[in-house]
Order: sequence, then structure tokens, then C-alpha cells
Amino acid sequence: MQPLEDLKAAIKEALPGLDFVIGWESGWNPLLATPLFMYAPEDVDKLTWGPFNVNNPATYLSALKGKKVGVVVKGCDSRSVVQLLQEKLIRREDLTVFGMPCTGVVDATKIARKVGDLGMISGAKRTNGTLSVTTHEGSLDIPWEEAAADKCLSCQYPNAIISDHFKGDPLPPTLGRDPAAEQLAALEALAPAELFAHWKDAMDRCIRCYACRNACPMCVCRDHCIAQTRDPHWISQDDTVKEKLMFQMIHSLHLAGRCTECGECQRACPVDIPILALRRKLSSVVKNLFDYQAGVDPNAVPPLFTFQVEEAKINERGW
Amino acid sequence: MPVLAGRELRIVGFLCNWCSYGGADTAGVGRFTQPTDLRIIRVPCSGRIDPLFVVKALLGGADGVLVSGCHPRDCHYASGNFYARRRLEVLKGMLPILGLEPGRFEYTWVSASEGQRWQHVVTSFTEQIHTLGPSPIKTAFGLGMTTAMSAMPEGGKHAAA
Repeated sequence: MQPLEDLKAAIKEALPGLDFVIGWESGWNPLLATPLFMYAPEDVDKLTWGPFNVNNPATYLSALKGKKVGVVVKGCDSRSVVQLLQEKLIRREDLTVFGMPCTGVVDATKIARKVGDLGMISGAKRTNGTLSVTTHEGSLDIPWEEAAADKCLSCQYPNAIISDHFKGDPLPPTLGRDPAAEQLAALEALAPAELFAHWKDAMDRCIRCYACRNACPMCVCRDHCIAQTRDPHWISQDDTVKEKLMFQMIHSLHLAGRCTECGECQRACPVDIPILALRRKLSSVVKNLFDYQAGVDPNAVPPLFTFQVEEAKINERGW
Repeated sequence: MPVLAGRELRIVGFLCNWCSYGGADTAGVGRFTQPTDLRIIRVPCSGRIDPLFVVKALLGGADGVLVSGCHPRDCHYASGNFYARRRLEVLKGMLPILGLEPGRFEYTWVSASEGQRWQHVVTSFTEQIHTLGPSPIKTAFGLGMTTAMSAMPEGGKHAAA
């Protein structure tokens, strides 16, 4: 795979001027690559690129203030990088971005539903429209549409939005179905009481591990997260749906106009709660009101960081 | 005697110190009749209102939440209500996905001299909440005690004790 070799060469060349470069290497499971921190040229040889590079490496960036780091990104990851730059949470001069065109990544949850247990998988390989998964029971061919992450089926940004080193030929946007939008539309069609019952039921599974928060590249409060402060005491330690739902609302509303819909929150959820719908809804509200999409323009100001005296699309006296 | 005696719902109102709280006071001084469902929380500015205040109130079982501040261009702090307007409008669009009718939360502007307007705002918002009925969250979380108690003879004193 020539572009990957070119990318490795570019990283090796840039490495002396950087503290390290973040990318992916093959993980404990062939289906899931794992984050790779490249300090030396021999680390760079472990770098992988392909449908298993699921994690968003931009998640690490806001904690690495003052370090000169490189990051390898997919198109969706680059939106998170752009958004972090917009909010001045990272400095462009400290960052080197490496990119390659992305043809989509797998959704381990979808595959786990088909094979039963991800631990059984001994091999995985994508050939164009099919993902072949090997388990001890034999090989299973899954159509790509049933194996890919929902966001990849209608990806508008397969290439890094910003990059210092981009290898390979840029890809056109993917124009497939948008299952996340379909899911959101199905939810919105429910009556309010049914919809609330849906969330109550879904959030009942939540174990408050905060993986959704920790995996989110835009959750940058770290030790000051209001979900864990006692003063002010926003949510208690009670194991109730109310507290869990309140946490999701904290997470969602703190991402208003900032969420780049990378889907890390839902992917990281160990109990598969479909929380991305909340983010999707919020993004569509922001898109409708302010004609704004997060993480696309490094020079734009996020809509809730500013205001206009006359708002074009807000009719505040409408009721 | 409140119009809706015995059928009261719980409405939380966040009012800015400089305009709307004064407007509500003006309405009181002018002895304008108002429904009594609203409980007012005074805040320094509508810009102080984190949308999560509203969410917290609604998840806590409030049937409706009303936010009121100074008219745009009239803010005591020059720009607080402009930021508030964007945040609250986003929140308003967001709430329905949680299973809450958009009408359970409204925000508006009332100045300190607008006692009449305050009366109109609080009356029409209360009517709107009564049309929607008790919040689905109360049923889902079993928080319906207030309504259940007020429907009981003696206002449910024994149940409360």
C-alpha cells in the first residue's frame, strides 16, 4: 500500500522535531486497531491505516498542551482537530497533522451482533464491498454497509480538512444512506411520553463509567467536569435514571455547536446506549439556527461563543 | 383566590434582576391578577442562566420553565441577553428529543415597567402548560406527588407527613 509507506516516511522525517506522533497499530483484536504513540522510527513501522482505525486520536490533543505532537487523522478526526483549533484549545504551531483518504471504519457493535462475541475473531479483512471475519467456526462475509460505522455510509469529509502531510488521492464524499438520521427521525416521530420512556429505558443500562465523556475529543474540562464536582452539586452519586439522563444532557449541551459527530461517545459506551441521537439532534438544531457545522472552518467562531444583535432565524416572541 | 385552585402545576421561572423581576414586582404592586403556578428564581442576568438550569428543573419534575430577561439592546450588562438568546433557542430545539413538548420551556423579555406585559406572559404561559398537562417526566420518574396530593382532600397533608 504505497500511500501508507509514503505517510510512514513523512512521519519518520518529521519525528525528530516532534515529541511524538499519535496513530494506530493492530490491537488485541484484529477488528480493532489500538492507539499508537510513535516516539522512534521503529514505532512508525507499526502504523496501520484502514477500516479498523476506529478511535479518534484528536481526543488526546487537548491534554498535550506545550508539547509538539503529530497526529494521524481520518477526515472525521480532522474536524475535531479543527474545532479544537477554533476554540484555541490547541496551538496550530505545536501540531503536525498527517492524513490519508479514508474509506470508512467498522462498527464493532454491528459485527459483534453478527458473530456473537468479538473475542472469537481471529482475523478480519476488507475487500471493497465486503468485510471477511474469521472465527473458530469459519469465515463470515459481511456486506460493508452492515459492518461500517453509520457515519461512514454518508461521510462528507473522507479527507483531512487540514493537514501538513496528506498522502494518497483525495476521495469524493460518500453518498450513501444516513442510518443515524433515520434513527433520529424515528425517535422524533414518537409521542413525547413514549420518547421519554425510550430514554428512560436506554439510560437504565448506563453504568456511569463516563467512557462517553472520556472518549469525546471535545470534552475538555477534565478534572473540572461538573458531573463530578460537589460544589456546585449538579448530579449526585445516586444510581438513578434521572442522574444518568442529567449527565447526558450536561454532555450534550456542553457540545452544542461544538460536536463534530465523530461518534466516539456511542462507540465507547460499553452497554451500547444510542446517545449519538442526542448529539445529532443538537447539531441539526445548530445547523438550522446558525447555518453552522462544527469543525469545518478553522477561522470560524463557534455560534455559542458569539451573537448577533438581530438574529436571522430566531423568533423569540413566537409563542 | 387563584383561578386554578387545586389544579396547580409547577412552573419554575428564572427572572433577571434588572428587568423581568422588576416587571413581576410592578405587576404585583399594580395588583394585576396572576395565576399562582409560577415559582420565581431571581438571577443576576439572563446571561447567567445555564441551559442546564432549565434541564435540571424539568428533570426534577417541573411542568414548565419560563425564562425572562431584559429586552434585546436593553440589557443591564449590555450583552448578557444576546448570549442567552442563542443558548436558550438551542435548548428549545433540543428538548423535544428528550420527550418534552417544546412548549414546556419558553423564554421572553419583560422590562421593569411592563407590569401588564408580565401579567400577559405569566398568564399565557401558565395556560400553555395547563394545556400540555403534567410533565411526562413526573409519570416516568414517579414524581407526581404534588398533583396527586393537591387532588386529595386536605391537600394530602397525611401523605406528606
